[in-house]
Amino acid sequence: MTALRNIRPTTAGIALAAAVLLGLWPLLPAWAAHTAAVSLGGGLVALGLMILIRFGLVSFGQGLFFAIGGYAAALANQFLGITDMLVLSVAGITAAGAIAWALGYIVRGHRGIFFAMLNLAFSMILFGILAKTVALGSTDGFSVGVPTLLGVAPGPEAGRLTFVLFGFIVISSALVAWIVDRILASPVGYAGQGVRENELRLRYLGVSARGAVHLAYIMAAKLAALGGVFTVLLIGHVTPEDTAYWTKSGEFVFVAILGGAGNVAAPFIAQTVFELVRTFALQYVPEAWQMLLGITLLLVILFLPGGLWSLVDRLRGRNA
Amino acid sequence: MPEALLETRGLGKTFGAVVAAEDVSVSVAAGEIVGVIGANGAGKTTFCNMVTGYLTPDRGRILFRGTDITGCTVGEATAAGIHRSFQIPQLFPGLTVYENLLLSVGVFGHRRPPWWKPLVRPEIQEAARRVMEQYRISDSAETRVDRLPQGVRKLLDIAMAMVGGPAMILLDEPTSGISTEEKFDVMGNVIDALRSSGATVLFVEHDMDVVGRYADRVIAFREGRVLADGAPQEVLENPAVIEHVVGRRPPRSSDA
Repeated sequence: MTALRNIRPTTAGIALAAAVLLGLWPLLPAWAAHTAAVSLGGGLVALGLMILIRFGLVSFGQGLFFAIGGYAAALANQFLGITDMLVLSVAGITAAGAIAWALGYIVRGHRGIFFAMLNLAFSMILFGILAKTVALGSTDGFSVGVPTLLGVAPGPEAGRLTFVLFGFIVISSALVAWIVDRILASPVGYAGQGVRENELRLRYLGVSARGAVHLAYIMAAKLAALGGVFTVLLIGHVTPEDTAYWTKSGEFVFVAILGGAGNVAAPFIAQTVFELVRTFALQYVPEAWQMLLGITLLLVILFLPGGLWSLVDRLRGRNA
Repeated sequence: MPEALLETRGLGKTFGAVVAAEDVSVSVAAGEIVGVIGANGAGKTTFCNMVTGYLTPDRGRILFRGTDITGCTVGEATAAGIHRSFQIPQLFPGLTVYENLLLSVGVFGHRRPPWWKPLVRPEIQEAARRVMEQYRISDSAETRVDRLPQGVRKLLDIAMAMVGGPAMILLDEPTSGISTEEKFDVMGNVIDALRSSGATVLFVEHDMDVVGRYADRVIAFREGRVLADGAPQEVLENPAVIEHVVGRRPPRSSDA
């Protein structure tokens, strides 16, 4: 359980983490830089789930908005010729925000398993549509060009992951984490605790619990979409299975629980751990990597029910 | 009689075959402390639920400060200035007493809570501490509320209902689940705090000693209807009230 006092602005910590990542760029081997950037993308989705968890809600279909972000960016790139990563990001966020706003009217009245499964249902519908749409490459998806930023285009020999893209992802993720941190410390964040702890009381305090859930849902969707944009720009390809399929949504829930809801850094750390475990497990025990992930989660649930972040809290001696 | 703060006219509510309220017409003047009595199922809580917008009456009207508020939502009733406490305290169980009040004070009245400024600000902290002092629960500030004794839970529930300074407060069995020795302490605390806030009070109560001691006026309910309404002595000695309400031992309400 996250005590309210643990919601504290961690501006300095976020700025420091971003600076360290940017400073490490020349030292990082390509695979490590890629893992870090992919982890930030996935971490954003888990960060959105963390907001929902603070509200006492879990979505088993966050792949829906991850896919909407990824596909919006990929479509804008392929069909409109837009290459600017900033514009593509805004496109992804806007598309997801609009759809979450509309779907929010359906989901905001539901809690618990119904909320979780409604989202799963929406994501499976989108998966079905994407997989059947020949113009979008059906299950094979389609490719995305190399992105630019404000007219800066990478040279032809540069790989997909340039310092510009890396820096863009690091700085945007840090900025977004900072904003989310502020929101969690605001009355909206506390209203979320109210929804989780006792919705009836919250209503009698004059707060619209449904309105607060709706807002959190839209925020989580925008974060998932931004994560989708980053991932697609990093991979250079978008498919229904890697975005909207239910196993992808499950992965995000896995990461969110692995990290815990204690701090905005938790989802990013958890996503990094997830990527590393998967990478090394695939390499050394290719037949059993899911088992290793399962054991990791099991150990965390048994020994760190507050997620990986509770280790940090424990070190700081804040756990009662 | 001065102009009524709250007035209900012919309120009715039916659940299937059960008539929970039938032609309930009462009037409460500003500043009054009104005790509501009645056996279990007499319609006391239904009355509270209708007045605070939790239930919509099937028939009748509710006027607050002369304005028709029939059919308004909980949020609208709260905004109008009618708050309530609960028979079973409605708290944020995973948080401490101080955090419960911090949250309550910080989000109160924001139909759409703002997201751009931090909730924990000196004036909010100060207000939360003031409430704890007023209800004499400062000693439990750092205790998680699911570990509190019932008396403190009841006090906190009422303290949270008073956040925002309502014009009228409905207390649903403020002393239920509290030992007889503690009852007068708790109620004395509450009535002191409420008097100093100037709120008009309507409290549902099973303990006739508590009612007799704190109410300016008593309304007795029976099977969804008003059985008697008047000065405490008069109502508590009314033969019909004695037969149907007072005569039987007050049921020991469990707070499970």
